[in-house]
Amino acid sequence: MRGGIFRPMRFNFFAVGLGFIFQTAFLSIRGHALGHCPITNLFEVIVFVAWSIALFYMLVGPGYRLSLMGAFTAPLVVLLQLFALLAPIDKPHPVRLRANSWLEFHASISLVAYGAFALACIAGVMYLVQERQLKTHHLHSIFYHLPPLTDLFAAITRLLWWGFALYTLGLISGFFVGEPLPWIQITCAIGVWFLYGLILQGRYLHWFAPKRVAALCIVGFSAALTLLWGITFTAQTHTP
Amino acid sequence: MNLFCVGLSHHNADVEAREYFAGHVESDRALRNCGCNEALVLSTCNRVEVYAASEKRVSTDEIARCLVRDDGPRRFAPAFYRYEGEKCAQHLFRVTSGLDSMVVGETEILGQAKKAYEAARATGAAGRYLHRLFQRAFRVAKQVRTHTEITRGAVSVGSVAVDLAHKIFGDLQNCKVLVLGAGETSERTIRALVSRGVADLRVSNRSPERGEALALAVNGRAIVFEQWLEQCGEIDILITSTSSEVPLLWQEKLAPMLRERIDRPLFIIDIAVPRDVAPDVNALDGVYLYDIDSLQSIAEQSLATRRAQVAAAEQIISQHVAEFDEMITRGLNCPVQSSEHPTVGIVEQGS
Repeated sequence: MRGGIFRPMRFNFFAVGLGFIFQTAFLSIRGHALGHCPITNLFEVIVFVAWSIALFYMLVGPGYRLSLMGAFTAPLVVLLQLFALLAPIDKPHPVRLRANSWLEFHASISLVAYGAFALACIAGVMYLVQERQLKTHHLHSIFYHLPPLTDLFAAITRLLWWGFALYTLGLISGFFVGEPLPWIQITCAIGVWFLYGLILQGRYLHWFAPKRVAALCIVGFSAALTLLWGITFTAQTHTP
Repeated sequence: MNLFCVGLSHHNADVEAREYFAGHVESDRALRNCGCNEALVLSTCNRVEVYAASEKRVSTDEIARCLVRDDGPRRFAPAFYRYEGEKCAQHLFRVTSGLDSMVVGETEILGQAKKAYEAARATGAAGRYLHRLFQRAFRVAKQVRTHTEITRGAVSVGSVAVDLAHKIFGDLQNCKVLVLGAGETSERTIRALVSRGVADLRVSNRSPERGEALALAVNGRAIVFEQWLEQCGEIDILITSTSSEVPLLWQEKLAPMLRERIDRPLFIIDIAVPRDVAPDVNALDGVYLYDIDSLQSIAEQSLATRRAQVAAAEQIISQHVAEFDEMITRGLNCPVQSSEHPTVGIVEQGS
């Protein structure tokens, strides 16, 4: 809006881009040291998810002129990285893991899908904040810095599709791992898949208004995060 | 070298006086003849100001005479303001930052100042002093805009409506707009929307003649008044300004029209008094209803925000004034060669 009108900010993009380069370098060094994809403990998983979020931000942000999503994305990435660095969670896996390309593919593609879901969740929060202010006519400072509603909704839809497609790929590849996985993990993973499938179905069949889709993105990501924590927790406590 | 500014603005002169002293094609020669080494006339709808550098003092009356078109008797004796040295710099920095404008924080003046400076530079009328002064003024304006919220929000009902539409739909080029009632305010709002790229306009009015006239004026198409409700399934923006004593639209009436467009928002601007749209419509998913009071309240809120930023802007300006004054005292203390920038120029702006 005059001066307050949404304008993409290059700074956000380059700041996240720079962080992404460092994250890639870290994951690469760690991967070389381990001899496989660096997602063996909670620390690595969180860094990997933060990397995926930055990746999707850079893929989706410019496409929808949503560089200002960086204002929401960057703090989340920083928080995840800070938590990973400060919390005592960088414990080496108790046993040296055998190389299993299907397992690595399953885990890494699922975590990349988490990046898309996380960004959809961020866009959902932005949508709800913007929508509420438009409904109540109380426009706060943040209103002038948010992208238009329709652009946000288009970004949410695109991110949901990316996340859903990658998650489906991850889920299918999980059946080729060749190692027994806890049934609760499988059930929960399928539950999350169904939830996101339902959101997309509801979006296209007009069951849900955009506001509800945005809210469900937050619910979906919370469920996905709980599942991720459960998987990491069981993997660390029930190692043979 | 004296750096000074002489001028009239909306603060101290009415439009007739500003027109009278707006300058003319011979003003440049007149300013040179009266002793200005460098001079630039900034003439807009709200101000007429001469920024000049001279070796000897040129009186305000002499400058004023250079701006008058005819040689007849003076019809006005307005109080010209005059700022010298750092006060002149401070004034220009305030002008380009929008602090001296009728609507605080407006940005049009910066463009006008840039055009005036570019034209004066092209003719050689702006020399070293004015160059430094204006370059610094543009920097200050940019810094003020970046570091304060002086330009934030729209400050008129029409522009608030347009900006809200932008916040809902983003690009307005593909938006379909229906205007119900052919009032003056709705016409102003339509024109503001057209200026942002809206092309699909439909006008519906109880009196078909007025509706058709407005449709013709805004390059839209007229819709029979009895059929306006059917349009609600298609349109993105509805502007209502009829003189109806009872609401024309309420929740139960609109809800069925929204079923097929659940993922497309509907922005309703109700500028009628009494209101044409019942307030409960705002509770529908994807519908954003704004009446005249809510639009005015946002405009006032923006203006208040801008005014609250004036102190911060003044602080930035005073820092730059001090730096500029120091620079002038140290680096530009030698007289400007008369052959370097011998002429003065005048630029007239359209607004």
